[in-house]
Amino acid sequence: MVNHEAVDCEQVWREISNYVDGEVDPALRSAMDEHFRACPRCASVLAGTRNVVQLYGDERMLELPSGFSRRLEKRLAKDAGVKGRAWSSWSAWLVPIAAMAVIIGGYKLTTAFTFRPPAKSILAVPASNIPQDLKVVVSNGSRLFHAPGCPLIHDKASERSLTAKEAIEQGYAPCSRCLRQYLKTELRRRARSRAIEAADVAVPNQPDRGDEQEEFITPGH
Amino acid sequence: MSQAEAALKNPLDSGATREQELVASVQRGHNELFYELVRPYERRVYAAALAILRNEHEAEDAAQEAMLKALINIAKFRSEARFSTWLIQITVNEALMRRRRERTVQMEALDDREEGSDYAPRDFADWREIPSEALERKEVRQRLAEALATLDNKYREVFVLRDMEHLNIQETAEALGISVASVKTRLLRARLMLRDLLAAGWEQGWFSRLPFEKGSKPW
Repeated sequence: MVNHEAVDCEQVWREISNYVDGEVDPALRSAMDEHFRACPRCASVLAGTRNVVQLYGDERMLELPSGFSRRLEKRLAKDAGVKGRAWSSWSAWLVPIAAMAVIIGGYKLTTAFTFRPPAKSILAVPASNIPQDLKVVVSNGSRLFHAPGCPLIHDKASERSLTAKEAIEQGYAPCSRCLRQYLKTELRRRARSRAIEAADVAVPNQPDRGDEQEEFITPGH
Repeated sequence: MSQAEAALKNPLDSGATREQELVASVQRGHNELFYELVRPYERRVYAAALAILRNEHEAEDAAQEAMLKALINIAKFRSEARFSTWLIQITVNEALMRRRRERTVQMEALDDREEGSDYAPRDFADWREIPSEALERKEVRQRLAEALATLDNKYREVFVLRDMEHLNIQETAEALGISVASVKTRLLRARLMLRDLLAAGWEQGWFSRLPFEKGSKPW
């Protein structure tokens, strides 16, 4: 039985753990408080005990071995059909693949925007598969490039020859009449839905060829 | 008060509610939610297994096995109890069973001999506080783990469940199948022994390169 009025060091050590946990009755607590004030040795034991409880009770002391969670998920999936966070072995490969795709895609986008001048017309984009070295002509006052001899060439006096690649790089769009075979549906859809911007942009009112579902493809180099 | 307002007022309550929902869902057969349910307790489950088995590989296997057993027996879980406590108890049972399988009865008998509460602390005046920030350093955590590993099984188990897993005295007693009085006695000795070990470690320069080394302490 502890004498609550005056406790000695040994009694304090015996109860110090309960004291830290707040599990001593008020009278004993009061007697121990008084003892700690008077006894630096026991005060040191109390400080150390509290420090131990505080340090080991910290979440950081609960360390997991590397890969523990992944292996646990695999085991649960294998033995109990428990799905985890989509980190199964095959899908884990998707991360580096996706990262590669983002890097490559980002590079492509960057180079696309860096090396190609802005198109002279909203109609400039939707052309595809035009042979790079196809001889075409452009002229002043027009945003289009044409096959030589096209009747829609504007201001023939200023006509100059270049390749399709050069024309596209300079922002010209293919004439929708003489180069129609290279245009995609998107051109016609846009052309119909917007007011024609330039006088010489002739959009033949031809019946659709049933290729509305064609994929939109930007010009290649 | 709406549910959202209640959650804002007490996020712990909202976490507990979410856990209850998850338990109920898994009990209805939604096994795919089980990992979400146990994920917050991975560390505690592993630490409990490691405290008993003292072998990382074996502890990990026991932790996985305990999780599987928890899933298989989820229907037996009653919401009056804390899920974390129930999970830790399954883990302790699993780890103790493995240890019994591997060790002789004689060794356990030896291990159970001393039970006195007359432990006298050492190094009275030399204690210097180790601040929590020091735990950021792997070296410090390693030192603390090493000190813990030197304790006898019965002290280490009680200490880990009570002070690291934060079970209460009663829960610790039930998990280990010992009396409340034994838990208190072992806990006292474990705490004092760790205090002595860390004080001795200080003298041996364990924490010598830590920033809090300089400056005197009041004790």
